[in-house]
Amino acid sequence: MQRTLAVIRALGLMLVVFSLAYLMPIAASLIYDDGSTVDFALAMVITFAVGCLMWLMTRSRKGELSIRHGYLLVVGMWTAMPAVATLPLLLVIDGLSFTDAYFETMSGLTTTGATVLTGLDGLPPAINIWRHELNWLGGMGIIVLAVAILPLLGIGGRQLFKAETPGPMKDTALTPRITETARNLWLVYLGITIACILSLKVVGMNWLDAICHAFAAMGLGGFSTHDASVGYFNSPAIEFVLIVFMLLAAMNFATHFLVWREKNLKLYLRDAEAVATIGLILTSCLGIAAFLWWQGTYPSFWTALRHASFNLVSLATDCGFTSVDFNQWPIFAPMWMLFLSCIAVSSGSTGGGIKMVRTLILFKQAGRELLKLLHPAVVNPMKIGGQVVANNIVFAVLGFIFLYFMTVVILTFALLISGLDFISAFSAIIACINNAGPGLGVVGPASNFGVLSDFQVWVCTFAMLVGRLEIFTVLILFTPHFWRR
Amino acid sequence: MKILILGAGQVGSTVAESLVGEANDITVVDTDSEKLHQLQDRLDLRTLTGNAAHPSVLEQAGIADTDMLLAVTQSDEVNLVACKLAASLYNTPTRIARIRSADYLNRAEVFSADNFCVDFSICPEQILTDYIVKLIEFPEALQVLEFADGKASLVAVRAFTGGPLVGKPLSFLRTHMPQVETRVAAIFRKDRPLIPEGSTVIEDGDEIFFIAATANIRRVLKEMRRMDKPAKRVMIVGGGNIGLRLAKALERDYQVKLIEFNKKACQKLAEQLTSALVLNGDGTDEALMLQEHVGEVDVFCALTNDDENNIMSALLAKQGGARKVIALINRSAYVGLVQGGKIDIALSPAHVTIGSLLAYVRQGDVAAVHSLRRGAAEALELVAHGDRQSSRVVGRRIDEIDLPRGATIGAIVRGGEVIMGHRDTSIEAEDHVIVFVIDKKMVTKVEKLFQVNIGFF
Repeated sequence: MQRTLAVIRALGLMLVVFSLAYLMPIAASLIYDDGSTVDFALAMVITFAVGCLMWLMTRSRKGELSIRHGYLLVVGMWTAMPAVATLPLLLVIDGLSFTDAYFETMSGLTTTGATVLTGLDGLPPAINIWRHELNWLGGMGIIVLAVAILPLLGIGGRQLFKAETPGPMKDTALTPRITETARNLWLVYLGITIACILSLKVVGMNWLDAICHAFAAMGLGGFSTHDASVGYFNSPAIEFVLIVFMLLAAMNFATHFLVWREKNLKLYLRDAEAVATIGLILTSCLGIAAFLWWQGTYPSFWTALRHASFNLVSLATDCGFTSVDFNQWPIFAPMWMLFLSCIAVSSGSTGGGIKMVRTLILFKQAGRELLKLLHPAVVNPMKIGGQVVANNIVFAVLGFIFLYFMTVVILTFALLISGLDFISAFSAIIACINNAGPGLGVVGPASNFGVLSDFQVWVCTFAMLVGRLEIFTVLILFTPHFWRR
Repeated sequence: MKILILGAGQVGSTVAESLVGEANDITVVDTDSEKLHQLQDRLDLRTLTGNAAHPSVLEQAGIADTDMLLAVTQSDEVNLVACKLAASLYNTPTRIARIRSADYLNRAEVFSADNFCVDFSICPEQILTDYIVKLIEFPEALQVLEFADGKASLVAVRAFTGGPLVGKPLSFLRTHMPQVETRVAAIFRKDRPLIPEGSTVIEDGDEIFFIAATANIRRVLKEMRRMDKPAKRVMIVGGGNIGLRLAKALERDYQVKLIEFNKKACQKLAEQLTSALVLNGDGTDEALMLQEHVGEVDVFCALTNDDENNIMSALLAKQGGARKVIALINRSAYVGLVQGGKIDIALSPAHVTIGSLLAYVRQGDVAAVHSLRRGAAEALELVAHGDRQSSRVVGRRIDEIDLPRGATIGAIVRGGEVIMGHRDTSIEAEDHVIVFVIDKKMVTKVEKLFQVNIGFF
């Protein structure tokens, strides 16, 4: 109990810090004079007060957090922050239910980018800034979580590799201290975001759109300020800029940091994951473009390439911008895009899903099994990018994949029970658990999650949380052993 | 010359053996007195038991008036320290160290005069690996030795019925292949040397040594025997130092299978290799060999530390259908016994590696020395200096040079060009002359021939 209270104390402090995030929409509402200033100020005060209260009540409960409570804290953060973040939405938008508001903020902070709101173009700029800021903060949070904190808890991330073998990526422990590492990653994230904002401004967006879309792109969230998403701009230049930055965000930020520190672009090539991610996505772009052209969806290959590239990159990197209604494409194309969204992004990026490093491990494991059948005497340790991966990590990955698929199956069934059709249910769960955004069918790019019932929305909300926190972190709270002493 | 050898292991004792025969004063230092006793029983030299990196031991061994230090112990570090001490405390003129670790070898400044003062470093494992790689590249050859930085090569091959030259006199080679310059340096028939003349007829089973530009080796080989397909599948038994180096060197261009007995060692090997297949098992296990299709292996190399194991697994592989089998054999008595029988090539690490050491030890300008036929014969690369007055070689035609009978000038490397040694070719200053000597006893005479008279200075 003592320790659980310490978790609450930490959460309280978090909320106090989080209340600072309201400054940005407040500033926006003042600049654009959209009349929501008071609401945001109120939300800020409430958040601050709740945080203070939690902290004050548990102030005396000092105690080191154990690893076990680390899980609780992480899950607590990702449920409490969306809860308080709903305040301005509930205050500003009339008739919005808490269910929908919570879905929206969860979608923001888990960088999913699925929305239940319609009429985005008519929302006060402050609200849009707020939604996108959640995307951006969520992305920042997940990078630090993935690179610095989850490895401590023994989950996921880059520290899959056995530390004692020498190799190109050994210096992945970027700096000796977590806080220092986190600060450096934030700087890299901030730097690339600023570059993205400026690039988007140059290719023709206004400041509000540029900032919002840069936030959404870097967090691989995929919120947009327009119902038609990026299709609203109908500009190849904007699409190209977004493709570049989405791909950057889909790579490990630790690699970005190393490249920046060593001033050596070749380091990208040494990151086996980055190479696989980019290679797979670019090959798929060409393939899908050719497929669409061959199917006659688009009259010219170049149009096909433009639309295929943007939507495919957007979905595969788990961002979720759309420029056309790919629900209308022959089913192979959107299915392949959803498939990529499960596997394509690198660990330590802002994307979700299984992550490329696990995909690579599974592929190699399959190869090892086949080789073992041919050569029973073979000794063949698993290697990723020249690094040896220990067998117990392979088992952990297999366990992760099993849980991932079971989660998808069970949540899909939950949606089917509630009466949704199969394609919509399946694609909605895939899109949510990978934090990608739009699905197919009724939750496709032309529509949104607003059509779902409350129960279905809660199922999707849960899927986003589970997917974002690498499944283990959430599910561990449901095991009896966790609560035993 | 006074020579101090540190380490009485494989390398140390072989070097001592060859150098004693060349009238040098040798002292050998080792920590193992047993080994030293054995050495002293066989050879006329002095031994001393002690740590070779300790100044007191070095002093006792007479380092003060030593001309050359050969630090060839098992330990890189001992060798480095000994060289440093020799240079700093005793001003020993020449210091040679055996260095195995790539970490040192990759950083030349470690050996510089400011640091460890090593004049030459040799790595026997690397030399041996390079040697085997050549044999795999030319599976028909028994030996491939490079001269003049790889521009010219001396190749040993056994003639077989089916080669166009077999059953014909040597002069036929000229008419049959006018565009390829080559020269047969020696022929061994039933282990006895023949001096090759234009009229010598090649017979089935002859061991032929020829010199050619490295690019032409394959075409000349084709004259002596039917050619096989180039090697593709290589099986190595023994994942020690040499096995690993070889697998690393080959895995890019060949399908390599590496068999190692020790499971932990297998794990380490597999971590260091990328495409080579590491198998855990016994190199003499017939079932494993069959399972891994030894019959389709082009070159089989048995490279464990155990001579008997190597011979046995090579024999098994040959019987299983491997095309060419190579066995690493340390004991020189076994080498003669085995080679030419079922095992195609018996490699004696000592003989392969000694040449590069000898090149440093010998007087005159010796650029390379290769020991042939298990040390009986030798091929030397000598640099000619001076002019017609001061030298007995420069400015003379080959038939004017007073070579001992049994020594032939195979080729001359002038600039980047390889010139075959014909009767009327004359030698110029700074030529690299490749001399083939069928009996090692003549080596001293040949070297003397290339020394410049005092008048030169």
